[in-house]
Amino acid sequence: MLEQIVQFLVTGITVGSTYALVGLGFALIYNASDVVNFAQGEFVMLGAMIAIALLSAGWPLPLAAVAATLLTVLAGLLLERFAVEPTLGAPVVSTIIITIGAAIFLRGIALLLWGKGFHSMSPFSGDAPLHLGGATLLPQSLWVLGLTVLLVGLVHLFFNRTLLGKALLACSFNRAAAQLVGINVRVMLRLAYGLSAGLGALAGILIAPITFSSYDAGIMLGLKGFSAAIVGGIGNPMGAVAGGLLLGILESLSAGLISSGYKDAIAFLFVLLVLFFQPTGLFGHKITERV
Amino acid sequence: MRLAGFYTLAIIAGLLPVLFPNNYFITVVGIAAGLNVILAVGLNLLIGYAGQISLGHAAFFGIGAYTSAILTTRYAFPPLLALGMGLISTGLISWLLARPILRLHSHYLAMATLGFGIIIHVIMVQATYWTGGPDGLAGIPPLTLLGWAVDSDQRWYSLIMMVMLLSIGLSLNLVDSRFGRALRALRGSEFAARMMGVDTARAKTQVFVISALFAAVAGSLFAHQQGFVSPDSFNLSTSIDLVIMVVLGGMASTFGAAFGAIALTLLHQGLVVFEDYEMLVHGGLLIAVMIFLPQGLFSGLSQGARRGWTLVRRK
Repeated sequence: MLEQIVQFLVTGITVGSTYALVGLGFALIYNASDVVNFAQGEFVMLGAMIAIALLSAGWPLPLAAVAATLLTVLAGLLLERFAVEPTLGAPVVSTIIITIGAAIFLRGIALLLWGKGFHSMSPFSGDAPLHLGGATLLPQSLWVLGLTVLLVGLVHLFFNRTLLGKALLACSFNRAAAQLVGINVRVMLRLAYGLSAGLGALAGILIAPITFSSYDAGIMLGLKGFSAAIVGGIGNPMGAVAGGLLLGILESLSAGLISSGYKDAIAFLFVLLVLFFQPTGLFGHKITERV
Repeated sequence: MRLAGFYTLAIIAGLLPVLFPNNYFITVVGIAAGLNVILAVGLNLLIGYAGQISLGHAAFFGIGAYTSAILTTRYAFPPLLALGMGLISTGLISWLLARPILRLHSHYLAMATLGFGIIIHVIMVQATYWTGGPDGLAGIPPLTLLGWAVDSDQRWYSLIMMVMLLSIGLSLNLVDSRFGRALRALRGSEFAARMMGVDTARAKTQVFVISALFAAVAGSLFAHQQGFVSPDSFNLSTSIDLVIMVVLGGMASTFGAAFGAIALTLLHQGLVVFEDYEMLVHGGLLIAVMIFLPQGLFSGLSQGARRGWTLVRRK
């Protein structure tokens, strides 16, 4: 029993890491533009699908991963330039519809390019399981965990130690004030979309060997990432990471101990309960609305 | 003006089957469009007038449909009673959910309603004993109203058009009442509305339940008309389509929501021709409308038409 639970925890943390990365992307974009980007999951899908396509064209893995990430970043920048920038300051409902439109559009492109089938990627370094106590661990899980820790650390450093990161944070606190001290808000906006698309793509590439990928794989991943960001308190990057891990663990435990069919329902029930008792997420700032 | 629009719609709905008798397109697409209008007009009260987003409205549509389906097929309820029970169950669930969920704002509210929609969808798929699981439930009997069996496409068309007009009329009256003014005040600023003596929590609960009831009626009608329900009709993309209808038509306008519902129904029908390109076109159109006609198709186009009309008259 205990071994099983350890196993579920390991699986949960692996899956949760991807949620964390997707949630981090949500938080980045929300901070820079007050927009919840419903196309975030599609970045994850694009990263995985492009990498798989390049691998099957004979590219070596590191090159394919870098190229897939860069192409997804390009998609993120295009999205920002042609869909988000023209509608800056629009009501929340409108921005939600626009990013949903963008998500459908990206899914449409993926459908045309790669069809409806499932695609898989072979693990980065073999699939001989490692035994750790009573639990088995796939080498790919180590890749996911290691790179997530690295990426989260880099994002943390970026926000706290670099001028660019601090400028981005300043935009999220008060865009007008940031502009007044000479920060180019438009550039910051593009930076946020680029970064978050890149993070999404990397998450997609990391998880691709564990789960299959298809043109609509981004929907659920995007929703879980959004949940992670919301549970953590939207706009709080490290909160999103914590939220992602929490969701992943909860999901894997409920799939293992209760029912795998209901795991998504349980995950969202958890999100609802968190919101009912803590309307701005677990680690969110209390909103003081100016009247 | 409001009544003019209402009568125009009634005349169009009445004339279409006379002008094109036995036309598959009118009856089948008309039924789908009519149901979508009921749903969108109801959701518009919540999103458009009260300013509260819901990304899980398909859940209420589904609860209405499944209540009708389960009660008629498993417990041999008469269809009309099943429809009534659908209203009661949806009303109860939405009322229980309203208070805690409507304390949330903007993106948090979007997340919570979305989560609720997904939970209901998962239950539809998983609770196989009740819902028939992914395969759905078949053999739902058609409605019978005072001995008049609604069993042909033409009859369904007439019934759904009548309910559609009724719901539009109801919505027009609601938004012009004291309650409607409270909703609009609430959208402008919840704080200010409260200062003016509007019981905002109560108003939000009421509008949430009312819009859920619109969806439940549409759901029950849908179940009896199709004779079959499955979870696919009530998933996240249905919820999103409903929001798109409201926004596409132009928020806070009953006719706008109706127009958006008809436009999106026709668009889906039209895009079937494009097959693989459907998603691409659908997504692209959404972005384009939001960028170029942020007020929505209905007010965007009607303003354009008005401008054109004054130009013509000046000549």
